[in-house]
Amino acid sequence: MKEGFRQAMAWLHTWAGLIFGWLLFAIFLTGTMSYFKPEITRWSQPEIPLRTLDTATSLARAQDYLQRHAADASSWFIELPDERTPGIGVGWRGGDGPRGFTRKTLDAQTGEEIHARASRGGEFFYRFHFELQMPYPWGRWLATFAALMMLVGLVTGIITHKKLFKEFFTFRPGKGQRSWLDGHNAIGVLVLPFHLMISYSSLVIFMYMVMPASILASYGGDQNAFFNDVFSPRQDIQASGEKVPLPAFPQLYAKVLEQAPQARVIWVDVQRPGDRTAQVLFLPDGHERIAVRRGVGWRYDAADGSLAWTERPEHVPGIIGGGFYGLHMATFAGPLLRWLYFFFGLAGTAVIGTGLVMWLGKRQLKHAKSGTQPFELRLVEVLNIASMSGLLLAVVGFFWANRLLPVALDGRAGWEINVFFGVWLTALVHALLRPGRRAWGEQLALAALLWASVPLLNALTTDQGLQHALPAGDWAMAGFDLTALGCGLFLAWVAGKMLRAPVSAPRRGARPAKAAAPNTEAQAR
Amino acid sequence: MNSKAVGLPLSYRLAVVSRCLAALLGGYLLAAMASVCLGLLLPLPRVEAVLTGMMSAFLFYLAAFIWAFAARSATRAWLGILLPGLALAAINGVTYWMNHS
Repeated sequence: MKEGFRQAMAWLHTWAGLIFGWLLFAIFLTGTMSYFKPEITRWSQPEIPLRTLDTATSLARAQDYLQRHAADASSWFIELPDERTPGIGVGWRGGDGPRGFTRKTLDAQTGEEIHARASRGGEFFYRFHFELQMPYPWGRWLATFAALMMLVGLVTGIITHKKLFKEFFTFRPGKGQRSWLDGHNAIGVLVLPFHLMISYSSLVIFMYMVMPASILASYGGDQNAFFNDVFSPRQDIQASGEKVPLPAFPQLYAKVLEQAPQARVIWVDVQRPGDRTAQVLFLPDGHERIAVRRGVGWRYDAADGSLAWTERPEHVPGIIGGGFYGLHMATFAGPLLRWLYFFFGLAGTAVIGTGLVMWLGKRQLKHAKSGTQPFELRLVEVLNIASMSGLLLAVVGFFWANRLLPVALDGRAGWEINVFFGVWLTALVHALLRPGRRAWGEQLALAALLWASVPLLNALTTDQGLQHALPAGDWAMAGFDLTALGCGLFLAWVAGKMLRAPVSAPRRGARPAKAAAPNTEAQAR
Repeated sequence: MNSKAVGLPLSYRLAVVSRCLAALLGGYLLAAMASVCLGLLLPLPRVEAVLTGMMSAFLFYLAAFIWAFAARSATRAWLGILLPGLALAAINGVTYWMNHS
């Protein structure tokens, strides 16, 4: 590494990108999908009916249900419907649900319990994005470290491509390796601010977990004191034993609207319901500002309906931290901005993917003439295929499983996830068995078919296909189907390029563009 | 730099491993020490100083990664990360001791 700074940075860019590229591709793709988490969940549970939004009615229905079914629980929560989530989610402490809560979904209008098919829906992809289906806390650590490597990749990439903006305007299509590089640079530069923001903000989101040294030093190990300073204090309320009926939630909600007419409450937290010490906390959706203030809302003493806390003044580091949180999660984004986030996320995925393809293509060129491929290049090729087209298959496999698995199947939500990983593993085996370019082409063609037929699948298995969703203006359902169709068409185009590749091209000599082909040819023999 | 992928001496490979460890472990130490230092010394209310320290820590980690592979030798890579890390640790130690005595 004596070649100078820029070469050293190019080396770091290349190898950090290779080693973490596969993981980052999956993290970026599932993260991009998570910008439409409620819509994916909505598609995954079509039994939940779409109702006209009426927060006060939904609150009354939820309170009524909880009073009847969980009057003795120590705490309740209510997740209110909004434009993106049609049902009411209610839960109470007790039972064997996740995190010790029992959870039910109610009709937003009638308050009847809905027995929707068991599915993790968008939540699965959201969790995978930062937990990687690994036990706590290992997945979060690994994902956070991958984010750091993304940041390293971006900064070293900027250093490597000194003439960033000049190169941005030199796109040379149809020139093989050159085009990949130009595409990689163009997409990378175009959404560079987004990339920098998204990788740095993921570090900020998990900094309490991965960089706690200063909490230990400044708070003497009393982490709770620190979190009480950062977030709004969340004291455990003790029951007095004296029974006092709860006030009607819609009345408390009216008080919220008096204070903040623009507020859109999406979460209600009830501590010690039915006791004299009960408190009801209303949390807004946070659409009105970028910087997220976690846990800040309106808390009322249930006994007399008075406001039970005073808001603390904000400080600059808190706003910056909350700002990065909000920028990453896009909590403030309306539909248009959300789509922009989605496409920027896809661009990030594409930058990682093109980088991986280039790493391999460059090195395969050298072996093009001999027709043999060293083991390590073959390994990278297999992992490239499995991590990219394999993942696309796994994701669409999840959606097919969602529609085709019997609704009454035991552990159904888990089976959807099993299908996801099963398909991914099968794609890996397929990539091992087939020559490179064939494997790409076949997997992409299958993915194209499965993605493009999602609207058909939806129309055949539910009554909410496009023929119903479009006239009804159900844009979450129709949007999902149309996006899947769009993905399918795009994948068909890529698959066509892969499958049509002229196998004889390298014999013509001069064109390095199709150099990936000879390897596949060699392996086929 | 792809020419390096084949037929490299063992010493080169070991140097690369050493640089990786310097970046990974040395970099974390430097980042953690920097965050503690800012948390203790910034003239801000405690929670603000700690938050600032934590958010800045990753920039130090990033710098350590770049230095680890930009330095002329693996030894210099380690020194360039460990020396500032230890200096910050010393400052932190003294400050902590003064605060708690």
